[in-house]
Amino acid sequence: MKYVDEFRDPRLIQRAADEIRTLAASDRQFRIMEVCGGHTHAIYRFGLDTLLPSNVELIHGPGCPVCVLPMGRLDAGLSLAADHGAIFTAFGDVMRVPGRGGTPLQHKARGTDVRMVYSPLDALEIARQEPKRHVVFFAIGFETTAPSTALTIRRAQDLDVRNFSVLSNHVTILPAIKAVLDSPDMRLDGFIGPGHVSTVIGSRPYEFIARYYRKPVVVTGFEPLDLLQGIAMLLRQMREGRVTVENQYARVVADDGNAAALRALDEVFELRTFFEWRGLGFISQSALKIRERYATWDAERRFNVPAIEVTDPVAAQCGEVLKGALKPHQCKLFGRECTPERPVGALMVSSEGACAAYFGRAARQGAAASLAAAGASR
Amino acid sequence: MCLAIPGQIVSLGPEPHLAVVEVSKVRRQINVDLLRGEGLATGDWVLIHVGFAMTRISDAEAVEQLRLLAMLGEDEQAMRELEGYRFDEIR
Repeated sequence: MKYVDEFRDPRLIQRAADEIRTLAASDRQFRIMEVCGGHTHAIYRFGLDTLLPSNVELIHGPGCPVCVLPMGRLDAGLSLAADHGAIFTAFGDVMRVPGRGGTPLQHKARGTDVRMVYSPLDALEIARQEPKRHVVFFAIGFETTAPSTALTIRRAQDLDVRNFSVLSNHVTILPAIKAVLDSPDMRLDGFIGPGHVSTVIGSRPYEFIARYYRKPVVVTGFEPLDLLQGIAMLLRQMREGRVTVENQYARVVADDGNAAALRALDEVFELRTFFEWRGLGFISQSALKIRERYATWDAERRFNVPAIEVTDPVAAQCGEVLKGALKPHQCKLFGRECTPERPVGALMVSSEGACAAYFGRAARQGAAASLAAAGASR
Repeated sequence: MCLAIPGQIVSLGPEPHLAVVEVSKVRRQINVDLLRGEGLATGDWVLIHVGFAMTRISDAEAVEQLRLLAMLGEDEQAMRELEGYRFDEIR
């Protein structure tokens, strides 16, 4: 138990791991998907997968915003800066995502006006400070982040800031889960439901997964103990033949979510008919576009943003990894052409991407192993 | 990306959608519009995401969340983000 001693209360961790082993004791395999990239990061950071018996397998889901961003959208966003003289603003995670003509950071090095922001409100403020320039906020994220963009657009309207617009790439988690469930090569037994997305949407929207797909869901927190308890709760449902949505993270997630955030989303956004997800393809009703009444702040309407379809690098197997068909290290490029320093695929960019999480753990283990070897040889 | 930073409210206002939070001695203005009508008060802890308070949390949960960020190696990134919110006048 390599990692257990590092936890604040190793006994509780040990007890949860023992419980999982008891609940999973059988000949069958349990395939559990953690939907959220934050969970993927935590699982590898804490080595939680090494505490599980071999018949409990964790599959990494599509809940990493930069990982599912199609390359063509990034190229379209950057073209607003290159071709229309706009200031391109985005969160730090977007800065290292490779587009066809390079990452936003590489565009910046070539003279394009690319600026990192920590909040969409920061992008709006740049627009206020530079009234002669147009500022585009390249918005990404699931329901956790989309309400902030919605409120920023409303703020732009209140303050009548017209040299500001948003290129919305916001996506919604439920259609992605449904696409995964409908995928013919996907065999899953249950879901660890996202933590922060659920603070907005609540735990009730997952009920269709239990009702129609007969798969249990447990909304789970990010602590090591949370994740182990979430897995144990899923296994207990399976053992007892129950299929339901449970909330392990009730100390933060209300079953009904955040009403103000849901209202803001509904007021500013509507569902797109289709949106392309990197690795998963086109998923219907899976993304948010800005409503007509906020057209002034919609970069797509103002600039007639082209739909550019760009396929991922052929050698990279991001799609298979995203769908859980391949483990990150089974991709031909993993750790060779594709590393966190020089990512080829988006799964290697964010710490929430399965490949970057895997790589980080391998690097830490490598460092520990060489330290141990150095100690032994002394 | 989905970093959630715990912050303690040290003052509300001047406008109803604004509050000043403190995290590890750093103070920044944030937007609390998503928690309007929930009776936020000075001393309350909230989880902050991209400049917006997302949800109110207990004191104990705030301590846990700070510890979790440190364990994930994301505490410095969280402070950089918080210090990066610098457009006080608009919030």
